[in-house]
Amino acid sequence: MATVSIRGVHKRYDDFHAVKGVSLEIKDKEFVVLVGPSGCGKTTTLRMVAGLETITEGTILIGDTVVNELPPMDRDIAMVFQNYALYPHMSVYDNMAFGLKMRKFDKAEIKRRVSEAADILGIKDHLHRKPRQLSGGQRQRVALGRAIVRNPQVFLFDEPLSNLDAKLRVQMRVELKKLHQRLGTTAVYVTHDQVEAMTLGDRVVVMKDGLIQQVGEPLELYNHPANKYVGGFIGSPAMNFADVTIAQNGSGLVASNSAMNIGVPEHLAAPLGPHVGRPATFGIRPEDLRLADGSEPAHHTFEAVVEVAEQLGSEILLDVSCGPSSMVASVDPTVRVKPGEKIRLAFNPHRAHFFDGKTEMAVRG
Amino acid sequence: MAVAASTSTPQRVIVPKAKWRPLENERNLAWLLLLPTMVLLGLFIAYPFMRGLLLSVTDTRVGVPGEFVGLDNFRRLASDPIFHAVVWNTCWYTFVTTIFKLGLGLWLALLLNRSFRFKAFTRAFILLPFIIPTVLSTFAWKWMFDPTFSVLNWMLYQTGLIRGAINWLGDGDLAMLSIIIVNIWRGVPFFAISLLAGLQTISPDLNEAAAIDGARPWQRFWYITWPLLLPVTMVVMLFSVIQTFADFQIVYVMTGGGPANATHLFATYAYQLGVGTGLLSQGAAVSLAMFPILLLIVIIQLLYIRRVEVR
Repeated sequence: MATVSIRGVHKRYDDFHAVKGVSLEIKDKEFVVLVGPSGCGKTTTLRMVAGLETITEGTILIGDTVVNELPPMDRDIAMVFQNYALYPHMSVYDNMAFGLKMRKFDKAEIKRRVSEAADILGIKDHLHRKPRQLSGGQRQRVALGRAIVRNPQVFLFDEPLSNLDAKLRVQMRVELKKLHQRLGTTAVYVTHDQVEAMTLGDRVVVMKDGLIQQVGEPLELYNHPANKYVGGFIGSPAMNFADVTIAQNGSGLVASNSAMNIGVPEHLAAPLGPHVGRPATFGIRPEDLRLADGSEPAHHTFEAVVEVAEQLGSEILLDVSCGPSSMVASVDPTVRVKPGEKIRLAFNPHRAHFFDGKTEMAVRG
Repeated sequence: MAVAASTSTPQRVIVPKAKWRPLENERNLAWLLLLPTMVLLGLFIAYPFMRGLLLSVTDTRVGVPGEFVGLDNFRRLASDPIFHAVVWNTCWYTFVTTIFKLGLGLWLALLLNRSFRFKAFTRAFILLPFIIPTVLSTFAWKWMFDPTFSVLNWMLYQTGLIRGAINWLGDGDLAMLSIIIVNIWRGVPFFAISLLAGLQTISPDLNEAAAIDGARPWQRFWYITWPLLLPVTMVVMLFSVIQTFADFQIVYVMTGGGPANATHLFATYAYQLGVGTGLLSQGAAVSLAMFPILLLIVIIQLLYIRRVEVR
């Protein structure tokens, strides 16, 4: 088990700058998830850690060893690929044993390790089968098995669940988490699915355009997004945004546009002071909106028109329009509204976010 | 009453007149679609084959309609020293060229499977020996092997490797070597391109996974690439062996089977006997003798391919 240090790492292809100076310290036994849209450089970063891509600039250390020039086999890592990359002509047993055979383990030890891993993963009955005779979930387990038999210092996961159907994905997600809790091996996990990132990661790294946007524990990202991008990326349904202008109003500040005129919560008044007269973005999560019932101060509400009501059983998602912006509100399932109806939504002032109109950085209280 | 009245008016039921539509019958359509292929196969494969079969059991010569002689022609072949040499030549020629074509083709395919500048151009360029009409390229080779004007001899002489001219096509062993070289030169592109296509179906992830698993480059080839390429390799080999075994053009142009019958293969010997000498029935017997050997090779390879694919 080991730490992984990524220091000022760049990756340039001929005419494409894929990773633009990524630095990240991954602690021993930590499960770190790199998340971002496709082309954000997350997979490239992972492949540089694995040794499958050369590092254009910067250094990567596994433990205390600089691995820049080490081939993959000498880095003591194991990787799980998106399409599993199982050897199709080998049995499940041989797939899992291959890495040990290449490293000249003796036969008894190989057998012991493979059956132990097969036990953990519940694929003991399939050891003699070929990968194509297995279901997607079983193949995924074999790929995991191939990684754990080697007992490496670091696990690398490249979108391992994205080829599974939704139900299986949730199930495997839980199993992965359990596996990590049991083995405690340092893990770097790449995904484009923010739910996976939030549920699996001890820490989550949000990337975009080859740059790290924010690193933090899942709830930290959810509660305190560093910028508008992270705010919109983490959380489902996504955070609502409305372009507003900040103005002085007596002792407080107001944020307004053509359709709303809301009071800036007190804890944000001071940091937003310099923004008076300038554009900003108001951000509020769907779950921090509810139907106004008159108990809340009027300046923490705004008017909206219902466009679609999506019944999810445990909640109703209201797609509403509020002047120029479309928003989603997650409201109580007992609420009855019709499309076209004018409603008043109240927001939780403690959970309101403001982002600079230009830099899109969060304005923090 | 009104209801009764309305039902009593005669209703005109429109029954479409049954037209004669023979192609709507799937049986008829199937026969129709098969017909062109059957005609072509019958005309160019089945008829000549039957004709050859019939010829081989007669003593037909050019201008002499023969009579049935049973297996006399085959008996004669069994004691014909030239025919013995032909069997040996053909097997040796096929064996050596196939080994080299496979080796060089695979090597070339592995190189072409990498990423480099002008990849598409190079891949197309590689096919040249295969595209040029064989007779044309073989004539060029014939000039290169010519004892007097040979560019090969010139090069070897200039580099000091030889003192005198080598008579490439005048010596039995050298002539065999020469046609083997030309066949390899012509056949390598087919292997390279086919194997390259096979290589491209192998996911690069597998090689990366093996690299992480600790396999060195040659181990990755031996444990991953080679077994996954094997089905394609077998099919390519099958094609090549059939083609090479029945090869005619290269030998006919380069040596005509000489010197002193040293490079005769089945096809060239059959041609010489049947057309050159006019002993049609004996020529037919020689070419038919190819059949059981080829059949055996094909059966063995097809069985092997099936085994490989089932794995």
